[in-house]
Amino acid sequence: MKITYIDYNGTQRDVEVEAGTNLRDAALNNAIPGIDGDCGGECACATCHVRVDPAWLPRLPTMGDQEKMMLEMMDDRDERSRLGCQIHLSPELDGLVVHTPMGQH
Amino acid sequence: MDAQTQLRAAADRAYSMPLEQIDPSDPTLQQDDTHAPYFARLREEDPIHHTADSLFGPFWSVTRYDDIMHVEMNPQLFSSDSRRGGIAIMDGNAAVSLPMFIAMDPPKHDVQRKVVSPIVAPENLARMSGLIRQRTADTLDSLPINQTFDWVPSVSINLTTKMLATLFDFPFEERQLLTYWSDVTTALPGTGVIDSEEHRMAELRKCGEYFLRLWNERVNAEPKPDLISMLAHSEKTRNMPPDEYLGNVLLLIVGGNDTTRNTMSGSVLALNRFPDEYRKLCANPQLLESTAVPEFVRWQTPLAHMRRTATQDTELHGKRIRAGEKVVMWYVSSNREPGKFNDPGSLQLDRENARQHQSFGFGIHRCVGNRLAELQVRILWEEILKRWPEPGQIEVIGEPQRLCNPFVRGYSSLPVRINA
Repeated sequence: MKITYIDYNGTQRDVEVEAGTNLRDAALNNAIPGIDGDCGGECACATCHVRVDPAWLPRLPTMGDQEKMMLEMMDDRDERSRLGCQIHLSPELDGLVVHTPMGQH
Repeated sequence: MDAQTQLRAAADRAYSMPLEQIDPSDPTLQQDDTHAPYFARLREEDPIHHTADSLFGPFWSVTRYDDIMHVEMNPQLFSSDSRRGGIAIMDGNAAVSLPMFIAMDPPKHDVQRKVVSPIVAPENLARMSGLIRQRTADTLDSLPINQTFDWVPSVSINLTTKMLATLFDFPFEERQLLTYWSDVTTALPGTGVIDSEEHRMAELRKCGEYFLRLWNERVNAEPKPDLISMLAHSEKTRNMPPDEYLGNVLLLIVGGNDTTRNTMSGSVLALNRFPDEYRKLCANPQLLESTAVPEFVRWQTPLAHMRRTATQDTELHGKRIRAGEKVVMWYVSSNREPGKFNDPGSLQLDRENARQHQSFGFGIHRCVGNRLAELQVRILWEEILKRWPEPGQIEVIGEPQRLCNPFVRGYSSLPVRINA
């Protein structure tokens, strides 16, 4: 399946990934800039923050309490914010478009 | 007794003494760097360990990585609130019992943290990196060559103090006060900085007055991108009571100062302890852009622990924790867990999971300045290697002096020589 990451400069990177991975791992495995994922995918550090293209937002898995808690402490989150490690890439997300920040903090 | 002999003696003692007598908060374990075997035994035999009596009263020790993660991710069960005891093991320390955002629970924590966190956002770090590089270069260019000097004041304290003065827009000529107040906040009484809690409070009152003056200047001026102006102008924080302002100031001083300073010193020590890694770094300085800096932070673990207080009776790895009890997460232990980090005592600059170290904490209290700290350490080593590119050119000449402190793991001196 195809995932599109668009970085803060507007540079678009289309990557082919296996269904079943998540958006954080897919980014790290494809050297996508702007995604750190310090905690290893435990939803504990919020350094895999992405902004999801609005058309895709309603099709994503719902947000769990832990993801909500981590997003709540971030100064730069908005209504499109999600944590990549919590987005399991099922086949119906083929074509997903997300925006990555300049860096995580 | 040399360091190796001392460590062997500690290992004998750690494994022969009755388990229930092990007290990981004994500050001499940090001062002598002999804590490792005690934590190793606890991880193996009693990962949630109760110490009935210590300098800091009774407390629970959490020593394994996954258990610490559980505590970090359940702030409703394990509170950071200063009114319950805050975030450090010492209860009687008035400085760390002040209200400050690290010692608050949501929602107030989230609100106040978000006021200051933009200063360490990626865009701002990119803007500051030129200044950091220039200062680092100037500092290194002023160091003596081929003679022994103390790295701690000359480099580590020097650079972190200048950075902190910039973040606060603090009067530059008086910036050494920031370092002093940082030390006053975290020192154990009787270890050289302060004599008593009364002494600590007297010094911190002066800090409070100084910062109140800066607040009054900033609040009546146009908003600027420094931490005091940000706090004074945000509607979320501009009505903070004075003790809450002082608490937040001290948090930012200690957070911006001690940890980076001690990682800067620790990185020099670590590369000298592991000369193959020093060679690896010189051969491949690009490691500084990936895993080398987090590995320095893991190896040093500049804060030994963070503390929480149970809000209700709960169970942790089979142990019953009661409401009100003190729970200490020992990062210095989890960062040395063999199941999590291969050969954890060694420095491995290309360690694949170096970023998973717990030195910055995880969950909602994760260090807000972590990327600034990493940037400062990265630039320091980039500039060192530009000047002195051969392995061992920054040579540790004698044993470092370590702090006698259960919280800050740091150095008061590190004799080095630049061979050039």
